[in-house]
Amino acid sequence: MTQNAPKKNVKVSELNSVTVRFAGDSGDGIQLVGNQFATATAKAGNDLSTLPDYPAEIRSPAGSLGGVSGFQISFGDDSVLTPGNRPNVLVVMNPAALAVNLKNLEKGSVIIANSDAFSKQELEKAGYAANPLEDGSLDNYRVISVPARALTEAALAGSGLSKAQVLKCKNFYILGILYWMYGLPLEPTIEWIKNKFRKTPAVAEANEKVLRAGRYYAESTEIFDARFQIRKRTIKPGRYRNLTGNEAAAYALITAAKLLKRKLFYGSYPITPASEILQVLARHRAQDVTVFQAEDEIAAVCSSIGAAFAGSLAATGTSGPGLSLKTEALGLAVITELPLVVVDVQRGGPSTGLPTKTEQSDLLQAVFGRHGESPLPVLAASSPADCFDTTLEAARIAVKYMTPVIVLSNSYLSNGSEPFRIPDPSDLPEFEVPPLPAPEEYKPYLRAPGTLARPWAHAGLKGYEHRLGGLEKQDVTGAISYDGLNHERMTQLRSEKIAGVAKEIPPTRIYGDPEGDLLVAGWGSSYGAIKLAVTEARKAGLKVSSIHVRHLNPLPPDLGVIMRRFRRVLVPEENCGQFRLLLRSACMVEPAGLNKMQGQPLNQEEILEKIKEVLRGN
Amino acid sequence: MEKTRLTAKDFSSGLPVKWCPGCGNFAILSQIQKAMAGMGLPHEKYAVISGIGCSSRFPYYVNTYGFHTMHGRAPAVATGVKLANPELAVWVVTGDGDGLSIGGNHMLHAIRRNIGLKIVLFNNRIYALTKGQASPTTQPGTKTKTTPEGSLDFPFNPARFAAGLDCTFVARGIDFDLPGGAAILERAASHRGTVFIEMLQKCVPFSDKEFDPLKDPQTRDENVLRVEHGKPLVFGKEKNKGIAFRGFRPGVVEFPAGKVPAEVVVYDETSAEMAYLISGLTQPDFPVPVGVFRAVEKPAYEELAAERSAAPAGLDELLAGSDAWDVK
Repeated sequence: MTQNAPKKNVKVSELNSVTVRFAGDSGDGIQLVGNQFATATAKAGNDLSTLPDYPAEIRSPAGSLGGVSGFQISFGDDSVLTPGNRPNVLVVMNPAALAVNLKNLEKGSVIIANSDAFSKQELEKAGYAANPLEDGSLDNYRVISVPARALTEAALAGSGLSKAQVLKCKNFYILGILYWMYGLPLEPTIEWIKNKFRKTPAVAEANEKVLRAGRYYAESTEIFDARFQIRKRTIKPGRYRNLTGNEAAAYALITAAKLLKRKLFYGSYPITPASEILQVLARHRAQDVTVFQAEDEIAAVCSSIGAAFAGSLAATGTSGPGLSLKTEALGLAVITELPLVVVDVQRGGPSTGLPTKTEQSDLLQAVFGRHGESPLPVLAASSPADCFDTTLEAARIAVKYMTPVIVLSNSYLSNGSEPFRIPDPSDLPEFEVPPLPAPEEYKPYLRAPGTLARPWAHAGLKGYEHRLGGLEKQDVTGAISYDGLNHERMTQLRSEKIAGVAKEIPPTRIYGDPEGDLLVAGWGSSYGAIKLAVTEARKAGLKVSSIHVRHLNPLPPDLGVIMRRFRRVLVPEENCGQFRLLLRSACMVEPAGLNKMQGQPLNQEEILEKIKEVLRGN
Repeated sequence: MEKTRLTAKDFSSGLPVKWCPGCGNFAILSQIQKAMAGMGLPHEKYAVISGIGCSSRFPYYVNTYGFHTMHGRAPAVATGVKLANPELAVWVVTGDGDGLSIGGNHMLHAIRRNIGLKIVLFNNRIYALTKGQASPTTQPGTKTKTTPEGSLDFPFNPARFAAGLDCTFVARGIDFDLPGGAAILERAASHRGTVFIEMLQKCVPFSDKEFDPLKDPQTRDENVLRVEHGKPLVFGKEKNKGIAFRGFRPGVVEFPAGKVPAEVVVYDETSAEMAYLISGLTQPDFPVPVGVFRAVEKPAYEELAAERSAAPAGLDELLAGSDAWDVK
């Protein structure tokens, strides 16, 4: 951490955590710079959480407010659970980025502005009549103007690169400044640059030079009078890598197939924000992964069902509108009792809605959104790295119980990243597979006692030839049956089987005391924000605890008992109250709701405020 | 893989077949069972996938792995089966409504990929299971329950649909023409890539008279054109008529029996253009062409999908990636 110790005498402040937001044109390379910064902080031993925030359009007109892309990172000790609410440092590459992000900035925060981009023309596009860097309107902030363009050009004078090539390097100048401010190592980024531009050594050299120049500039100029030392985290030793939620889900599927010793089949259709799972798996085809980009959402799920019938560990991924299209096929997977993992990366809906923004509004669709009585397990991930554990668990349940399982992620988790502790594969438990009787004793719907799972005799196995289909089956034999009493029995068996998945759920962990005035009950991506808010509330002496529910169908059996030990229950969620509805009907409680539908994740301030409000009402 | 000697009878599931008496499906079922026996694979290496409709009951009557899926989705499910286990001989049984209406998208993409599915589309030109509504192949003016004043839609020509998509194997058969069907199915069984066979099939309750002119000994020779690779396109009881492509416009030429003029086309099943022209011939101006319209070699999708450029890594190596770090 001190390897880049400053030569001059500057004040070093120690912080628990800090939040930095990079903002600029969507063509400015903001995500790239943000990711480099994230890697550098991770390698320096920080815990971190990141969140890219980009417009639905790929490239809006340059300099426009609609085209501003952002990347936020919070890093520091183990108190980092979210990408932060309000940035301590805002890096803006143009006036539009400042205009869009200023309202979310606390007074006294640092603004690092690429002042070269604050020309008359660019200011006008962002709606500024005068230059905010000069007119005193930012007096309540610590503004650091860096003429990044001119400085980059100076650093690369005589490099022989074209003007366009030179200008593309300017992000690294700013990055170099930030590395100095937080005492971060340059090496991971330099290594990345060398690899990325290995075919064009001149460009690699230029980027490295600009990165170093930025750092020296910060070190030697008078404008920076302070740098920050982030407290080391106290997390579990091990090997880590930074993963987004989508990457984590993809690696979980590969891991599941390897543990099961089957091929992985992933049939999917491109849809924001789930496409990255398909892309990551496509890069790992060598791992016995069959990636099938289907013609539509329906073919994506149907091909996966076919692959399950033929013995692969089958999965599909989508977002809300795609899940709607897959629902008929999920009915087929329910009645044929084939294992299937469906990852739903939720986004703002209905319809195309807010395709790049986050929400938690597919919960009821996941639990109930099918024709007929068609129960299936639903799990939700609580953080980017937790997408790994949740998806792996979903695959285990799918195979053990012979059922489709829906995993709920969302845009926030899928794009956000955090350090993922890489498990030792030998520590991961083996998959449990329903027993397969000898061919002469085999019946397609002969259920295993305990789980009620039917055997998985996949197409190609000698001696187990059988016919499956969407028509109701006779109990045990699996022959077509139109008998009413048999249909009722089969309906009940399917229902009991899914209810039995509750046996897999460990006792619910309570954060805080087991009883008190208020229990905050959350699910999915709000985990970090709820925990931070409850921590603050408890510091303030409030009798608040929280639980976070991964299993949404069936629900953990102990929820009712836990909730009744508190005077009130608060359910914060990014929808109109879907989890609240489930809790009300399952546990006979009447929780208060905090409901946010702004395409942005719930944050700890909002939750803390609501906690206080609910307690005041007591 | 070991060759086995099974007969058509071995492919019967023994379940009572629940089609209407006189249904054209019975004949197609026995022809396909025979074709399967001819493939020489053991039972477990076959999978029959169907959608919804009368024809889609098919898997229940075949003693192999079978999957009666959802309306229109058989090609999609079958694609997953074939990719997951390319060793399987995957047959898809569908109908005109199932395969070309609700499932049209899956059908055309399966053909585009040249995935190794043997698709047999039973074309009875009607929705039969739902009791008599117009289908996408119902002929214009046909009165059905949903078109009491006659069908308004222009119908699909299934074989031409497949030929237009450059399907690598396109054929048309007729339910009652057992030798013709057998010849098509035998070739289909060994084809690499997508097979598309349109099987004209009468429906006793709803389209009973649909193909009578093709069957009646008095009229059939004038109404059926047997297409064979390397042979001239000749038809008629006296073999006195032929098809000529005049500037890409097909026409019927008449000639004294046995004296086939040079302008009568000698059929080439490797030609995409001929497959498109021949499959487009319709009554009343032309006889109905049957036989193999197109058969060409092209890599199958499942073969390409099975190729790997790198060797698999260990799970630990995979999870660690290239930029992991240690926390001590």
